[in-house]
Amino acid sequence: MNRQRYATLVILALLALVPLLAWALHRPDFITLATQVAIFAIAAVALDLLLGHTGLPSFGHAGFFGLGGYTVGILAFHAADGSQFLGFIPGATAAWVVWPAAILAAALAALVIGALSLRTTGVSFIMITLAFAQMLFFLFVSLKLYGGDDGLGFRSRNPVPGISPRDNTGFYYVCLVALLLVLAGCHRVTRSRFGQVLAGIRQNERRIAAIGLSPYRYKLAAFVLSGAVAGLAGALYANMLRFISPDALDWTLSGEFMVMVVLGGAGTLMGPVLGAAALVLLQSALSQWTEHWMIVMGPVLVLVVLAAPRGIWGLVGGRGR
Amino acid sequence: MTALLIATGLVKRFGGLRAADGLDLAVEQGELHALIGPNGAGKSTAIALLAGELAPDAGRIRLGAADITRLSTAARVRAGLARSYQTTSLFADFTALQNLALVLQIRAGHSFRGWTPAAADPRLAAPATALLARFALRPDTPARDLSHGEQRQLELAMAVATGASLLLLDEPMAGLGPAESEAMTETLATLKRDATILLVEHDMDAVFALADRVTVLVAGRAIATGTPEAIRADPVVRRAYLGEDA
Repeated sequence: MNRQRYATLVILALLALVPLLAWALHRPDFITLATQVAIFAIAAVALDLLLGHTGLPSFGHAGFFGLGGYTVGILAFHAADGSQFLGFIPGATAAWVVWPAAILAAALAALVIGALSLRTTGVSFIMITLAFAQMLFFLFVSLKLYGGDDGLGFRSRNPVPGISPRDNTGFYYVCLVALLLVLAGCHRVTRSRFGQVLAGIRQNERRIAAIGLSPYRYKLAAFVLSGAVAGLAGALYANMLRFISPDALDWTLSGEFMVMVVLGGAGTLMGPVLGAAALVLLQSALSQWTEHWMIVMGPVLVLVVLAAPRGIWGLVGGRGR
Repeated sequence: MTALLIATGLVKRFGGLRAADGLDLAVEQGELHALIGPNGAGKSTAIALLAGELAPDAGRIRLGAADITRLSTAARVRAGLARSYQTTSLFADFTALQNLALVLQIRAGHSFRGWTPAAADPRLAAPATALLARFALRPDTPARDLSHGEQRQLELAMAVATGASLLLLDEPMAGLGPAESEAMTETLATLKRDATILLVEHDMDAVFALADRVTVLVAGRAIATGTPEAIRADPVVRRAYLGEDA
C-alpha cells in the first residue's frame, strides 16, 4: 500500500517537473509530448473505470473522446462566423463554457449508447460499442460543414483565465491539473458504496442480483461517468492541436485506449496513466527511427503483457488493486 | 401454520427435457423444508425458478400474499426471498468483510452514494463484523484464499445478510468433509430459529436431522411431502429414491 502511494507521488512529481526538464535540455517538444500523455491518460483512466473496475470492455471510447473534441471545434467554428449550431446554440470559446459543454455532449451520447449497449454482455457488448463509435465516425466524415474527412481547425485554444492561449507550458499544467482531478475523483468513486457495487458487478454479476440489486442502472451510471470524462479528454485534445478530425473518433484510437489500460494495469487507475505514457513515448521514439514503428511496437506490447500480466503498475506499485 | 411460499404447477422445459413438470411446493412459515431427490430430479432448477433466475413456462409462485412470478431476482430478494449457491459464488477479490458489507449496503439502499468511502462506514462495518463472528470467518482474507469450508460458510452468511425471511439453500454441504459438514449442520440448526428455509441437500443425515418436513422430487415433480419419519416410511419414496433397503 505504501509502495503504491510512493510510486503515485513519484510519477505525479515527475509529470509536474517535465517543463523544467524541457527547459534545461532545450527540448520544448517534451512539453507537447507530456501534454499528449496527460490527455490520453485522462481518457485511459476513464476507460479503466469501466473496463478495469466494472469489467465492461467498451470498444467505443474514441466515440466519446472525439465527440468532446468536436464540441470544441464546432463551438469555435460558430463563434468565428457568428452563426448558430442547430440554429439556436451560439458558438463559444471560453473554456468554462466549452469544456462543460463537451463533457455534457459526451455524457448524453454515453447515456443513449450505454442504455442500448448494456442490454448485451461479453463479445456482443464489445461489438455494439464499437458499432456505435463507428456510426459517430461516419457521421462526422459526412458533415461537410465541419470539414468532413479533412477535419476542422480553429484559430486559438479556449481561453483559461490567467493563462495565455499561446502558452504551451500553461496549457500543459491545465491538462495535468485535469488529470489530477480525474484521478482523485475516480479514486474516491471506486471506494464509495457506488464503487463497491461496480467492483461487485465485475467480480460476480449474478451474485449482485442474488443479493438484491439490479445491476443495469449502476452499469449505466458508470458508463455515463466514464464517457463524460473521455469527453473532457477529447476537448483538451482538440485544444492541444487546435484541430479536430474524424481520426479522433476512429476505432483504432478506441483500441489504443484499451491497450493503455491493459498495458498499464487494469483496475488500478494509476496503471492506465503509465500505460498512456508508455504508448505515447514509445510511439514518438519509434517513429523517429522508422515510419513502420508498429512493427517494433507490437512485439514490445507482447513482451510486456507476457512478462507483466498485472501491467506496468504491477511491476512499479507491487501487489493489490 | 400458514404457507410463506407457494409454488403451483411450475413447468420448465429445456428442449425435450422437463426439468420442472407441474411442480407444486408449499413452504410453511418458520419451518425448515428439505427438498431431496436423485440427481437430475430438477432440484437446482426448482431453486432457480423460485429465485427468479429462470422464468417458468407455466405456473405461479406466491410469497406471503404477493404473486412474485414475474419479479426479477433482485426484486424477490427485496421482497424477502434470497438464495445461496451450490457452486460457491462470492466476490472473490473482496475480503469476507467486504463481501458481507456489500450485501448490507445493498440491503440498506443508498448504493448510488458515490463520494463517501464505504470501508470507513461503521453502519456497514459493525453488523458485517457481527456476522463474521457468527459464521466464524476471518475478516481480512480475500474470499478466493479462504478454505473451501470457510467459503461455504461465507456463501451462507451472504444469503443470511440479505435479511430475507425465506432462504433457499442449494446444497450448503457440497464438497465439505465430515467435520465441516457437522459444523454446517450446527450453523443451519441455529439459523432455522430465525428464518424459514428451503434446503436442497444430498447429505441425508443432515436432512433427517434438520428438516421439519421433506419433499421428494423425481423427474421434475413432487412425489411426496411429509415429516422425515413419514418420508422414510413411504413405500413410493423408497422405491423411487431411497432404495428398498433404506
